[in-house]
Amino acid sequence: MKYFGLIWKNAWRKKIRTSLTILSVLVAFLLFALLNAIGYAFRAGEDVSSAERLVVIHKISLINPLPISYEARIASTPGVAEVTHASWFGGYYQEKRNQFAQFPVDIKEYFALYPELIIAPEQLEAAAQNRIGTIVGHELAEQFGWKLGDRIPIQATIWTKADGGRTWEFELEGIMRSNDPRGSTAFMLFNHDYFDEARAFGKGTAGWYVLRIAPGADPVEVANAIDAQFANSPNETETSTEAAFAASFAKQFGNIAMIVQLILGAVFFTLLLVAGNTMSQSVRERIPELAVLKTLGFRDSTVLGIVLSESILIIALGGLLGLGIGWVLVQGMAQQLSASLPGVYLSPQALLLAVGIMIGAGIFAGFFPALKAMRLSIVDALARG
Amino acid sequence: MAEILAKLEGVSRVYQKGKERVDVLHELDLEIEKGDFLALMGPSGSGKTTLLNLLGGLDKPTAGTVSVGGATLSSMSNSQLSNWRATHVGFIFQFYNLLPVLTARKNVELPLLLTNMSAKERSKRASLALEIVGLADRANHRPRELSGGQEQRVAIARAIVSDPQLLLCDEPTGDLDRSTADEILGLLRSLNADHGKTIIMVTHDAQAANYARRTLHMDKGKLETRATA
Repeated sequence: MKYFGLIWKNAWRKKIRTSLTILSVLVAFLLFALLNAIGYAFRAGEDVSSAERLVVIHKISLINPLPISYEARIASTPGVAEVTHASWFGGYYQEKRNQFAQFPVDIKEYFALYPELIIAPEQLEAAAQNRIGTIVGHELAEQFGWKLGDRIPIQATIWTKADGGRTWEFELEGIMRSNDPRGSTAFMLFNHDYFDEARAFGKGTAGWYVLRIAPGADPVEVANAIDAQFANSPNETETSTEAAFAASFAKQFGNIAMIVQLILGAVFFTLLLVAGNTMSQSVRERIPELAVLKTLGFRDSTVLGIVLSESILIIALGGLLGLGIGWVLVQGMAQQLSASLPGVYLSPQALLLAVGIMIGAGIFAGFFPALKAMRLSIVDALARG
Repeated sequence: MAEILAKLEGVSRVYQKGKERVDVLHELDLEIEKGDFLALMGPSGSGKTTLLNLLGGLDKPTAGTVSVGGATLSSMSNSQLSNWRATHVGFIFQFYNLLPVLTARKNVELPLLLTNMSAKERSKRASLALEIVGLADRANHRPRELSGGQEQRVAIARAIVSDPQLLLCDEPTGDLDRSTADEILGLLRSLNADHGKTIIMVTHDAQAANYARRTLHMDKGKLETRATA
């Protein structure tokens, strides 16, 4: 700590150069924060998935529906404790920008399979009893100002009604939340029976099945047994863990993780060049001063530490500012996108990773200049100065 | 008989510049008493600065031994030499070599960062050193806000702040006008006479050498036999 004053003063020797370097670091970590938060939203399904749940989809693609009759056959498969189904509705509320997920389900079965979803029992019962009853996450209720009893018209983008209409009307009977702080409930559930009766096509099908395996059952064996049942049928299945399902669902939008990594990789590579150049110049222009420090008795290792600390300080200043601004923006984004892209979140792990990157980048950018400073011959440097 | 502070025995220093061998010092013997004020004179390239570097533990001899205050510098490791320099010797350079980003006080405090002193104690010691060199009122100024003479005074304060026995000055007045040079030399003489510092000063200036107790002349890496008392 006693060298901090010296390190700080040296870091600000050329104010414009240091400010520009800090700005470039700031931008890099701001991007890191934003991209990580968005990436988190795409991974959120994987993170909150349960190891006890398996998902059965059509072998060709998630878009292809499965017969509703499969439910009973899946339920009778050894090792399956409970099963339910869900489908993708794909609608919006009032305007196209108000898009969020809607799933026609068997409401009671669904909540039995997802105990992390919390709802008042009377609201659950009311939604199940009301043909057009619906349950929404508290995020949606807060965003659109919905209260229990409200009528909510949803415009369908896929499922036209048998009467040709595209407006599906629901009555809000329940508001749910998740007991997992990472879990989002920014979606809408409504009765499959109403959906199946009213839709113009696809009757008697469901999008996918979700099942809980019985205690002690081997998930791989259960998955294989289910898929074997439907092998060589017109609707073959592919059963996977919930995490794998969530991952493949997210990949429909592209390999977000890889895109994020590629962008960040390019940004941080540039950052290293900029910071490394700053440190290199900074050391080069004060070689006589470093020689004076050594003359006064500063050890080689101390000089190395001072230059490295300076590099880490510059990157940490920019990095922390970037993360701070990023954190504020992510809060705003999370609110704005709570319905269309729930789960935008800057996790503590991402913050820790960012701090690790700051230290690593600081060491990397300052390493060669610091080594040069450490190896400096006092006599040569003083003669040069 | 006065106590010997520094002793050089058979010291040679050879530099290799590419394929060329440059004999800077050649089998040099020298004894410097405690409390001495010695001026080293000689033409450029005669080996004065190299001798000073050896006495300050900045360089090692190719042959021979250099001992100062009982410590054999020529056999010390680099880190041992660093520790030794921090407490036993102060350096004063022609171009002051102050850190431009620090105030006068912070420049003077630099050698004390290597001790276990508290920040308060460091600041107190730096103020005292600045007071000795007559610059207490400029403590919070940066080098660019000081005149050349004032900068050199700060450099002297930095050299004495850790209270070393030996001060090594390499052309300390080479960049100053006559009257400022006289002030600086007067200060060095006072540090020698009043504070008991042993001073070895390299200079080209005969008038500067007059401030010393004795003058040694060097040429081609050897001490000449003529010495001025």
